Amino acid sequence: MNPSYAQLFRALLPELALVAGACAVLGVDLAWLSGWAPARRRAAALVVAAASVVAALGLVCAGPRGSLYGGEWILDPLAVGTQAALLGLLLLGLGATSGAKLQQDPAEFVALTLLAGAGFLAMAAAQQLLLAFLALELASLCLYVLTGYDRLSPASAEAGLKYFLLGGMAAAFLLFGLSLIYGSEGTLELPRIGARVAAQGMTPLLQVGLAMVVVALGFKTAAAPFHFWAPDVYEGAPAPAAAVIASASKVAAVVLFARLLGVGFGAAGWPPAVAVLAAASLLVGNIGALGQGNLRRLLGYSAVAHAGALLLALLLLRAAGPGPLWYYALTYGVATLGAFGVIATLESDGDCQRISDLAGLHRRSPLLAACLAVFVLSLAGIPPLAGFFGKFAVFAAALSAGGVASAPGALALAAIALTVVALYYYLRLLKPAFLSPVPAGAAVISVPWAVRVCLVAAAVLLVILGLFPRLLLDRL
Amino acid sequence: MNTLPSAIYLCFAGSAAALVFGRRSAALARRLALAFAVAAALVVARAALDFAPAGELRTLTNAAWVPALGIRYHLAVDGISLTLAVLTAIAAIAGILFSWNVTESAGEFFALYLALLGAVYGVFLSENLFTLFVFYEIAIIPKYFLIARWGGGEREFAAMKLVLYSFAGSALVLAGLLWASAASGAHTFELPALAAATRALPGHVQVPLFALVFVGFATLAGLFPLHSWAPDGHVAAPTAASMLLAGVVMKLGAYGCLRVALPLFPAGFHALQGTIAVLAVIGILYAALVALVQSDFKRVVGFSSVSHMGFVLLGVAAGTPRAVAGAVLQMFSHGVLAGLLFGVVGRMVYDRTHTRDLASLRMMGLGRLLPFAAASFAVAGFASMGMPGFSGFPAELMILIGTWRYSPALTLGAVIGIVLCAAFTLRALQAGFLGGPPPAGAPVLPPITWPEKAGTCLLVAASVAVGLHPSLLLDWIEPALHSALFLPVWPGAAP
Amino acid sequence: MTAPWLSLVIFTPWAGALAVALLPRGAERTQRRATLLFSLSTLLWAAPLLARFHPAAPGLQEVENVAWIPSLHIRYHVGLDGLSLVLVLLAGVVAPAALLASSGPLPHRRLFGSLFLLLQGTALGAFLTVDFFAWFLFWELSLVPAYFLLRLWGGAGAARAAYQFILYTLGGSVLLLLGFIALYAAAGTLDFAALADLGRSGELALRLAACGRIWPAAVFGGILIGLAVKVPLFPFHTWLPPAYAEAPPGLAMFLTGVMSKMGLYGILRILWPIFPSALRAAAPVLIGLAVAGAVLPALAAAHQSRIRRMLAYASVSHVSTCLIAVFAVAAGSPARAAGAAGDALGGALFQMVSHGLSAAALFACAGILESRAEGRGDLADFGGVQLAAPRLAGLCAVAVFASIGLPGLNGFIGEFLIFRGLFTLNALAACVAVAGLFFTALYLLGFWQKVFHGPAAGAGAGFRDLAFSEAAPLAGLAALIVVCGVAPQVLTWMFNPLVARWAGMP
Repeated sequence: MNPSYAQLFRALLPELALVAGACAVLGVDLAWLSGWAPARRRAAALVVAAASVVAALGLVCAGPRGSLYGGEWILDPLAVGTQAALLGLLLLGLGATSGAKLQQDPAEFVALTLLAGAGFLAMAAAQQLLLAFLALELASLCLYVLTGYDRLSPASAEAGLKYFLLGGMAAAFLLFGLSLIYGSEGTLELPRIGARVAAQGMTPLLQVGLAMVVVALGFKTAAAPFHFWAPDVYEGAPAPAAAVIASASKVAAVVLFARLLGVGFGAAGWPPAVAVLAAASLLVGNIGALGQGNLRRLLGYSAVAHAGALLLALLLLRAAGPGPLWYYALTYGVATLGAFGVIATLESDGDCQRISDLAGLHRRSPLLAACLAVFVLSLAGIPPLAGFFGKFAVFAAALSAGGVASAPGALALAAIALTVVALYYYLRLLKPAFLSPVPAGAAVISVPWAVRVCLVAAAVLLVILGLFPRLLLDRL
Repeated sequence: MNTLPSAIYLCFAGSAAALVFGRRSAALARRLALAFAVAAALVVARAALDFAPAGELRTLTNAAWVPALGIRYHLAVDGISLTLAVLTAIAAIAGILFSWNVTESAGEFFALYLALLGAVYGVFLSENLFTLFVFYEIAIIPKYFLIARWGGGEREFAAMKLVLYSFAGSALVLAGLLWASAASGAHTFELPALAAATRALPGHVQVPLFALVFVGFATLAGLFPLHSWAPDGHVAAPTAASMLLAGVVMKLGAYGCLRVALPLFPAGFHALQGTIAVLAVIGILYAALVALVQSDFKRVVGFSSVSHMGFVLLGVAAGTPRAVAGAVLQMFSHGVLAGLLFGVVGRMVYDRTHTRDLASLRMMGLGRLLPFAAASFAVAGFASMGMPGFSGFPAELMILIGTWRYSPALTLGAVIGIVLCAAFTLRALQAGFLGGPPPAGAPVLPPITWPEKAGTCLLVAASVAVGLHPSLLLDWIEPALHSALFLPVWPGAAP
Repeated sequence: MTAPWLSLVIFTPWAGALAVALLPRGAERTQRRATLLFSLSTLLWAAPLLARFHPAAPGLQEVENVAWIPSLHIRYHVGLDGLSLVLVLLAGVVAPAALLASSGPLPHRRLFGSLFLLLQGTALGAFLTVDFFAWFLFWELSLVPAYFLLRLWGGAGAARAAYQFILYTLGGSVLLLLGFIALYAAAGTLDFAALADLGRSGELALRLAACGRIWPAAVFGGILIGLAVKVPLFPFHTWLPPAYAEAPPGLAMFLTGVMSKMGLYGILRILWPIFPSALRAAAPVLIGLAVAGAVLPALAAAHQSRIRRMLAYASVSHVSTCLIAVFAVAAGSPARAAGAAGDALGGALFQMVSHGLSAAALFACAGILESRAEGRGDLADFGGVQLAAPRLAGLCAVAVFASIGLPGLNGFIGEFLIFRGLFTLNALAACVAVAGLFFTALYLLGFWQKVFHGPAAGAGAGFRDLAFSEAAPLAGLAALIVVCGVAPQVLTWMFNPLVARWAGMP
């Protein structure tokens, strides 16, 4: 092992750019803008943040490749692609939710989002237990704060507390599990653990540690039965926070755990547990979403259902590679982020909690309605949108991995059946937007140009990625 | 010939154009829609003129899409696809002509209509099964909005029911296709390649696979007992949508059964042939009986569609080239005639009288007030009950001849269906149009407009042309059924 | 000169239907004249056909045979022999007469004319085509104009009568269709001649039996019923009285004069040649039914109060007499009875024509009577009409006596020939059927006496005699009735060689 700090520094430049961006946002706000109106302060913060995200994106693209710092930091195509995608999601998220209800200290909110972003980037590349944990916690802590950021809203505070408590517990599980793994294998580096597991097989201690990691995975991806925080957080968190939690955070977590489990344990021990989680999530998510009258809770349950599909893709890591998983996670992220972008815009002048709050959207803002339709239909998996191909790739991989008799195959069949249920609640969501008359007193919604650009970009992205899935798949 | 795919793109382009420019005025929107539909129809017509009947599928476009999964963007045409493309072109133009009076959000209406149309063309012209499936699913969403926004009655319920049924069907198809591709180890969705691989599967594997794919497609074709979306959906849909739904979209299902399920799993087909045939005959009879007691004019036509699609499924189930050719002919025939029936009932009658209740219509003396509508309904009704001289007759004749070879008893059942069909059509005709003189002081109904007349003439002409000269289409269809793709479907069957 | 004469015969009325439909609205006179002109075209084209016709030539003449639907081996195949020729002539006479009889005020004259020409074309087509597909096209299409003519211009009960009429006959057609589907599946062709060849050799029954033993009989039964409904054969006749009673006079004339012959034609052209042995086996039952059809409706007719219902039953009875003859011949006879068979068959053919003429004339009279009585048409509504309307009474008498079978009129020739043959072939049937003749004489004379003689009663008072336009069709029909009765060879030369061939058939 020949650690090179210079190389590590270069590899960490994107994260550093985001941290620097966060500092710049805070500094600029503190130094010059304290007298400005909150809206302008937020705008300035967003501009600075966007600049730092773009800078980070450039650094990711120009950065080093390969296994660094003795294999603890990996910049393989998956990591680089994920980092780029995460930055893209972050940029879209910042822009799409820039019309949201103003928070009290907008600059700090943006800075926290950037810090969380730094955590996400690290999650994508960490290949060592402690690094992974640190990255995860960096991101999570920021997200807890963001969730509870709306000091005037009890729902936000409740969601923040809930998220924090459950997330903290998950972190404890994860840490305990990791320490058991370390104790059993004597190393923190995933490739080495993988080699040892392959050579020696599983021990009971390792099994327990692994189980705890899977529990943490369940929490982080909002898989049933560890999903209880998701609907509450989706409901209570400020829309920009919810957008990040639903999209970037999920992508990063999925990639992180794919590495933890895939590199560290191959196919040993964890697939049955993950299969159970996947089955439970598919069922609970889809059935739970049926009864929701609250738009955000519905998206929360739909997130649970998608977590099921993601875990199914995780099961196929060895058989089909990370392609389907990655594609699914990214396109899901874009779609759900877009949906929250629409919600955020709607919230800027009123409430957007109930499904019926969308009534008459296609008259009040055809653009928002059209974008919402694209996002929701992509979530539902309707071609030619990206969500369809994501599902198709996962199901195809599942069935070709072992036929219908295998666990992934059976799960895929169940998931296909449940898409029908899913279409029902997604259409229920679109129904008021397109079919109900404009409620009395509801005005035409003016959409800020940044939101416009970002939402349209997200929608177009979903169409293009759906039509040309190779744009993503060929990156790996 | 190779310009045929542009019919698909023209429809989608027209959809976008109608959405963007149709905002300004309804008149512009419908003219745009008509222009694009006619352009697509001209493309189809040109291809039809150039078409040299050859058995195998002729590739139109073939590009790599996702090579890792065996997915290609591969469009191809044979006689069957071309027949249905021609039907689509005719039904599409007629549908637009019959929706000339749509003013509410006309731009969006025609945008969705053209999107649906593009998807339908896409299904008929796809060779790669992934491509086919993508178009098949694209067709689902426009249906929902067309019905739920511009429909009548229980429109939201009906739209949701229709969409969920179709989506459930397509989910079955997806499961079946993925499973087949995995089980056969072909890892391709190219039809001939996949078919070659799946045919080698043992019979007990083919049976469930065939059941999945066939039932999935047949849901959309109105196979009993999965048909109940059809009457509800047709009744609630706006006229143009019900014309296209009954006329073309139901054919998507039947086409899928024929193009995908049969060639892929011949052994499965042979095992389940009898069941399907029995279900088809039950569907014919049941729907006809139900239509006989409906009080809603449009529901009569809705159930008649199910009954007529039963003939298509029966023809497919009979599993001889002749019966299947008859089934394709019946698809065309029913597409044209159901379109006309829905046009008369929905546009000419309902939009003027605002009632579909046969008892109220009986009092109105519509035969005197709207003689053109009465004549159109009479022609369409007699044609749809299999009157010789119209397209339904050769189609049903071929289906019945084919079925006779398979099972005389089922043929008898189907023939009883023809009589029942005559009964409910005449009942509707008598109640709807021949009720008696209009009451004194009856409101003056707006006269039939030129687009309605043009649409009617187009559809009647198509039906008569095919009825008197079925070889027009049979010369395309029959070589396709003797292609390598279909040969294993009828081992030992008489030509 | 060669020309597609038969196609001209068939399609000129259809072209006329189109032309009349395109005439300007409101020009009643033009519409009426154009309709009549196109209707007369049949007689016009029949002239060259008559001139070119060789009665002794075997097989069909003036054949047109072109491929139509190659994949089903379906051809457009038309041809002419003595049987079709007389029926074409009959249609050519009855149709214009029916139109003339409808020349009174009529709503929607244009549509009426158009539908009537359509109907005429389908009847001609059915008489001339010899391939099932085309034949069935005409056979089935004839229902559509008939339905609308009945439904739209019929009497008070027309809705029900029309529904019953079309469902009944459509049900029959569907059985027919089913039968031919089975035949096609077995034989691979729908050409009557080809099927007859197979039927004669017994090959057809063997192939049908391949599906199951009941099928030869079932297919025969299906086709028989399909044809029998149209004729109609007892007990499939129940649709007929309401239809004839409610139909407008012109349609009633055409229905009874021409359409009822389509069924008989079908039995002679299709059923008998294709299923000779099955028909022979079923003949006893069928003769029984036909005899019942000759006698029972005659009894029923005697009890009708409405004139047109009475005439309808009379029509059933008369047509059934033809059927007895046909079935008796088909039952097979020893070679020595070939002469008797020839008599019976020739009589049946003759009777088809003469019934067509006299029944049409009777329905025309009934129509005139009803038109004078504001639509009432009961026997009780009339009396002593002769005093007021001697012309009508005279012409009606010709038709009545022709129907009764008075020597010197055409009905006598037909019935005489039929019964002469029948007494040799099947004496029992002949004896019972003669009773039918007796009842016929009874109620027709009763009708004539009640309506035309006695004291003027009901509408009989102030009755207006025939105008020229009303008298013309009746007079024409009456003249033909007399001519055929006095010189039957004007008809028999056309079909005698044919009948001789059929009668000599084993």
